[in-house]
Amino acid sequence: ALRPCGRAAAPALRSYHGDSVASLGTPPDSSSAIYQENYEQMKALVNQLHERAQNIRLGGGEKARARHISRGKLLPRERVDNLIDPGSPFLELSQFAGYQLYGDEEVPAGGVITGIGRVSGIECMIVANDATVKGGSYYPVTVKKHLRAQEIAMQNRLPCIYLVDSGGANLPRQAEVFPDRDHFGRIFYNQAVMSSKGITQSGVSDYYALDDNHALHLARKIVRSLNYQKKMDVTTEPSEDPLFPADELYGIVGANLKRNFDVREVIARIVDGSRFNEFKALYGDTLVTGFARIFGYPIGIIGNNGVLFSESAKKGAHFIQLCCQRNIPLLFLQNITGFMVGRDYEAEGIAKDGAKMVTAVACANVPKITVIIGGSYGAGNYGMCGRAYSPRFLYLWPNARISVMGGEQAANVLATVAKDQRAREGKQFSSADEAALKEPIIKRFEEEGNPYYSSARLWDDGIIDPVDTRLVLGLSLSAALNAPIQKTNFGILRM
Amino acid sequence: RTRKYATTTGQNISKVLIANRGEIACRVIRTAKKMGVQSVAVYSEADRNSMHVDMADEAYLIGPAPSQQSYLSMEKIIQVAKISAAQAIHPGYGFLSENMEFAELCKQEGIIFVGPPSSAIRDMGIKSTSKSIMAAAGVPVVEGYHGEDQSDQCLKEHARTIGYPVMIKAVRGGGGKGMRIIRSEKEFQEQLESARREAKKSFNDDAMLIEKFVDTPRHVEVQVFGDHHGNAVYLFERDCSVQRRHQKIIEEAPGPGIKPEVRKKLGEAAVRAAKAVNYVGAGTVEFIMDSKHNFYFMEMNTRLQVEHPVTEMITGTDLVEWQLRIAAGEKIPLSQEEITLRGHAFEARIYAEDPNNNFMPGAGPLVHLSTPRADLTTRIETGVRQGDEVSVHYDPMIAKLVVWAADRQAALTKLKYSLRQYNIVGLHTNIDFLVSLSSHPEFEAGNVHTDFIPQYRKELLPDRKSTAKEFLCQAALGLILKEKAVSDVFKIQTQDQYSPFASSSGRRLNICYSRNMTLRDGKNNVAIAVTYNRDGSYSMQIEDKTFHVLGDLCNEGDCTYLKSSVNGVASKTKLIILENTIYLFSMDGSIQIGIPVPRYLSSASSGETQGGAVAPMTGTIEKVFVKAGDRVKAGDSLMVMIAMKMEHTIKAPKDGTIKKVFYGEGSQANRHARLVEFEEEDSDKREAD
Repeated sequence: ALRPCGRAAAPALRSYHGDSVASLGTPPDSSSAIYQENYEQMKALVNQLHERAQNIRLGGGEKARARHISRGKLLPRERVDNLIDPGSPFLELSQFAGYQLYGDEEVPAGGVITGIGRVSGIECMIVANDATVKGGSYYPVTVKKHLRAQEIAMQNRLPCIYLVDSGGANLPRQAEVFPDRDHFGRIFYNQAVMSSKGITQSGVSDYYALDDNHALHLARKIVRSLNYQKKMDVTTEPSEDPLFPADELYGIVGANLKRNFDVREVIARIVDGSRFNEFKALYGDTLVTGFARIFGYPIGIIGNNGVLFSESAKKGAHFIQLCCQRNIPLLFLQNITGFMVGRDYEAEGIAKDGAKMVTAVACANVPKITVIIGGSYGAGNYGMCGRAYSPRFLYLWPNARISVMGGEQAANVLATVAKDQRAREGKQFSSADEAALKEPIIKRFEEEGNPYYSSARLWDDGIIDPVDTRLVLGLSLSAALNAPIQKTNFGILRM
Repeated sequence: RTRKYATTTGQNISKVLIANRGEIACRVIRTAKKMGVQSVAVYSEADRNSMHVDMADEAYLIGPAPSQQSYLSMEKIIQVAKISAAQAIHPGYGFLSENMEFAELCKQEGIIFVGPPSSAIRDMGIKSTSKSIMAAAGVPVVEGYHGEDQSDQCLKEHARTIGYPVMIKAVRGGGGKGMRIIRSEKEFQEQLESARREAKKSFNDDAMLIEKFVDTPRHVEVQVFGDHHGNAVYLFERDCSVQRRHQKIIEEAPGPGIKPEVRKKLGEAAVRAAKAVNYVGAGTVEFIMDSKHNFYFMEMNTRLQVEHPVTEMITGTDLVEWQLRIAAGEKIPLSQEEITLRGHAFEARIYAEDPNNNFMPGAGPLVHLSTPRADLTTRIETGVRQGDEVSVHYDPMIAKLVVWAADRQAALTKLKYSLRQYNIVGLHTNIDFLVSLSSHPEFEAGNVHTDFIPQYRKELLPDRKSTAKEFLCQAALGLILKEKAVSDVFKIQTQDQYSPFASSSGRRLNICYSRNMTLRDGKNNVAIAVTYNRDGSYSMQIEDKTFHVLGDLCNEGDCTYLKSSVNGVASKTKLIILENTIYLFSMDGSIQIGIPVPRYLSSASSGETQGGAVAPMTGTIEKVFVKAGDRVKAGDSLMVMIAMKMEHTIKAPKDGTIKKVFYGEGSQANRHARLVEFEEEDSDKREAD
């Protein structure tokens, strides 16, 4: 027999909870020293990001800009502004392309501005040469950025608008821009191929324009006449802001990668209403998986809460299968040192289970978006959909680090190798020798693992302010959903 | 008090035909409805969809737009009265209201003419006759000569006897036509000839009368009523001194500064005047009043006046009801003792006209029209609605705004407040002018006279000042928010409702979005640098000043309001953006800010942008002086156009060769239509490159 309930539960007071999801996240202790230190460090990184972006925004030197304007031309960013729907957002890509890449030669934004914006209500890929940067000529990174923009357009089926103002290939570097497959010629190859797939490419001199503004006006009219309709394979719900202020991410995450934080607190500051329907919360808990919505779009989120174990990897693979079955885009929040190592774990099958997750990530055909919110090291980068796994978009926070392993760890490995070799040769390896060997390695890893080093080389699609994460994800998802979601055929998952 | 509507001696009126249009037709219909009297409207082809047609119980088409063939066609109107079995015809004002023949015709046809007997119309219609009747009845009249002898010599002698300055007026004149003020004998001859020419042209009669000219006079008129039983009463005076082009635009009752003794004297003189002609129905006795409050009979209007509502407001009467009752044979509803004066009322006439262009009458669509809310003390007397057109064929009055309050100052405050809420877009109106008029200290002090507008013209029509930067910020904000509404249209066409791409946040990655807007303030372009802030507000920089601006649009009824905050000062402004103009209406005034049109959109109308030869208003082309191939110099006459009964000469805006003439003589051109096209010159080409 049922025991009578102590609390009065009058039927009239009962409500239906079936659709509600408990909200995620907790208010941080903003007065704590760690929170404040984190906040200040991250804020400093964000300020640096904004300052650097502000310089890039200007484009070429003052002289070049003045000459450009004196010809009655609009600056490339003004062209983009006037092309897209008035006051609508612009998702700029690869803003730091070419950053400190060519020594003294500055190539702001890689000499070409790319990004996604709405033109007459349609999301388009916009590629605008900046003639104030070396006459708009194509550096190797310019080519790479242009091709990346086209790749994004192709994957997401975005009409392409090219605002061409360029002198062509950069002659002193012709060997790095002309002969290879992914060089200059690929631009036109892509245009032809995309056109063949029904992805609109802008034409040439079909319309006569009096000036820049007229040309942009005509381009808007052309897009309007595309008779294009965005048909999405997902359900949408009204968008809702998260329950917590986004800038708390600064204090929660900070810039010190050694400090742990719960990725759920990050999720709580990104998703609609801070609502997260967590999947297998009690199993393989170093990987957090679950369903949420961002700007009303459904999303399956995979986030790291520590190193990946066999259970976490299996759970990840399972979750990816679910999302592919349901046409739900995937978001990877990367903060990972790698898969667990050690004899016992290897014996238990970490390699096999890790392979399950890597295979699932590689094969998943739903839109995948990766944000590196901390470290991205070793095979963890693979399992969490690094660049090699072709996420539709990949962004970095300014505190992010990417490398095959941490600088110190790499230095230790190399020091051990050197020590062993010396020992075989019967030579001494003093601690001073060790320090001298390690220092340049640590320095180099630190430099090459820096987000600006990555972004300058197009290893990602941009460095973003943590506060903007939700918006950037919303824009990216919106763009990604222009392409129909293909059925996924997973390869052999090792059992 | 309930009264039997038809007396035993009178005829029953259960159906009345209104031989008029516009606000007065609507006004009469309203009272008819209130009394349970069926109303019959007549309308011309131009008025097919107008308000009075909608309001009436029945409506009959009586002919084409020109009044001569419609509202002035006695036969057609009588015919409609017969078909519809209306027992009475209310003529309103204007048109047939003071037409003796029509009053006579009604009588012959057995239809009640709601107005005085034809004899009274006749007697009062000829100025010299009316004056001698009044003089005989003991009503003070201005010294003058109203004789038969029209020789130059005789007129000149009389002018000398009366003493300069004198006024000569066409005997059959009206509306200021054929009227001259002569200040000394040496200009007499020239002015006389000129007045005669004008009178001949206007009235086909050049007989003149001479009157003593009263300097800075006031125009004070008394509302009277007479009945078939020999009674006559007055309903106090109205002051209608403030006029432009000899037409009233603002009237009030009672007259400011008039003492009760003078008021009584005025009223009694007016009743004597009415009785002198056995007056029946509503009439107005007009007096000219000097600064010492001496008054002299001018003329008697044998109809209901445009400005009758101010009298209704201070006496609590419905004068149209009185008219209908008296026409039916009843006695005047109230005795003189029962008629009391309470409070103060103003009427402002809202016209389609351009005060900055010599009050040139206009015509065109009322693209936007919103009015203050009507209540017991605020009346909106109008015959048009939003979307209607002010026709070139008729009077350009759009509405009368009537307000009442306990005293003059309170009524004036209310008038200004209500005028601010009367917002019209689509054509020029005198609303702003009425506001500055009613705000003028001398007007507030009640120091009104007929030269008020010419005397204070500079203050009443100040040169356009540059718009305050705060308002430019509001205009820019309004434009940005309207753009957003346009982007929203794209959104609702898709199933993708919540994409952040559809927001108009202007968000950029790691940088702020700034845009340079250009607005046109009068003849000057103003650059505004607008930065979109993350919190949805804007920083707007104009010259060296930066403003923090935020706000949104809200809809109330048919109107869109801009709720904005500029540097912390919140305001609610009515916002209308039409074509390339932003209109802001608030208690601070009305502001128009232009949106410069990009060259690629304006190239089709380059003639216009170069100050080209365009029609200033809708009208008929009377004469064409040029043909294709002609060389003209700037300022040469190209065409003559007739619109609103006035001639307009269209002049060449620049030197050049005519490429094409778009209109022939007799054709109709719409406002802003290009009339001629010039050959493209080398200088233009250079400009376009």
